[in-house]
Amino acid sequence: MDTLHYRFEQGRRVLPPGGAAVLVGVVGSGNLEVLIEAASLDGACAIEVHTAAMGFGATWQAVLDDFHQRWQLQDARIAINDMGATPAVVSLRLDQAVQTMLGGSP
Amino acid sequence: MTALAKDASFLESTARQRIAGLFDAGSFTEFLPPSARVTSPHLGQLDAPVAFDDGVAVGRALLAGQAVLVAAQEGAFMGGAVGEVHGAKLVGLLRRAAAEQTPVVLLLESGGVRLHEANAGLIAVSEVMRAVFDARAAGVPVITLAGGGNGVFGGMGIVARCTNMVIMSEEARLAMSGPEVIETAAGVEEFDARDRALVWRTTGGKQRYLLGDCQQLVADSIAQFRAAAIAALAQWAQQSSALSLEALEAEQAMLGERIERFGAAIDPLDIWAALGVADPDRLPLLDAEEFLAAVAAHRIKGG
Repeated sequence: MDTLHYRFEQGRRVLPPGGAAVLVGVVGSGNLEVLIEAASLDGACAIEVHTAAMGFGATWQAVLDDFHQRWQLQDARIAINDMGATPAVVSLRLDQAVQTMLGGSP
Repeated sequence: MTALAKDASFLESTARQRIAGLFDAGSFTEFLPPSARVTSPHLGQLDAPVAFDDGVAVGRALLAGQAVLVAAQEGAFMGGAVGEVHGAKLVGLLRRAAAEQTPVVLLLESGGVRLHEANAGLIAVSEVMRAVFDARAAGVPVITLAGGGNGVFGGMGIVARCTNMVIMSEEARLAMSGPEVIETAAGVEEFDARDRALVWRTTGGKQRYLLGDCQQLVADSIAQFRAAAIAALAQWAQQSSALSLEALEAEQAMLGERIERFGAAIDPLDIWAALGVADPDRLPLLDAEEFLAAVAAHRIKGG
């Protein structure tokens, strides 16, 4: 297992305050679960990744850079348990998590 | 949570989607939700992936307005296998049910004990069995819904049969040893695990319904499971949920008669023919409604 930490500063989009944490996805082969919750992080979005696929730190960095560019989350904590999901699946799950959190239909 | 169509497939849904679709909209309150991060200590030690809910969601919900306690196993995470935390969540739910006098609905999908957790998993499953009987003895009915693609096997297969009632879809399976286990232990002549039709004839919902191991068969639809669960709760509100000596003896007699009548059969088709079902070959092809009509007069009515 690899444990990777990413932090993106100065986001602009605030998650609903006091909103319940949201979980999407399942820890199954080629899939992942994403847990997202509001957290006081000095305006940052912190992402912790636990993945069964070793040595893909640069890929995660690229996927999460894209994610942050799309959503610009502020004071958000995201935790991921991954079982070898492809970058596209990771991106879709992250979007699903944020959209669910924001009350849209994912 | 993703909104589901009214006739959504139970089989294709995740544990959380099943809960969302089966119980009254928005009524589910989870105990130890994923944000509590109560994960398996054993998987971490083995450097294996964990899930924030350890593969089972437990909590309270409303079913047609009635308060129930609910557990749903996630088959996609380690085949729904039961580890220490997963099992403890089930046990806690069942103990709460006994204390609160609230009926329980279990959405089971599991390969049994999580082998990574060895004795802790085995003990967890045996504690779940004990908790089911304690809840029943306290007057609380426990209903099993089985509609997942991984089936209900091993220790959880036993747990399912310890509950008051098992409601299955044709796609679900219920047994002790899984097909690959049987083939590995006894050889391909005994059981060909790659023969999917044989596997489902032997352990699938239709066979279980015919043999009296499950009490109701529904189509693979969350709405149908919901309707069946509502009816089951109404039924069990009228009778004692406790295990009685009479019921045990009747079950034992039924099993004895079953092995005497069908012990020599080598294929479920032989059993169906012996039960007097016309054209047993066609049973696997019938949808749930046609199947129920075709076998109504022939099935064994087990407890």
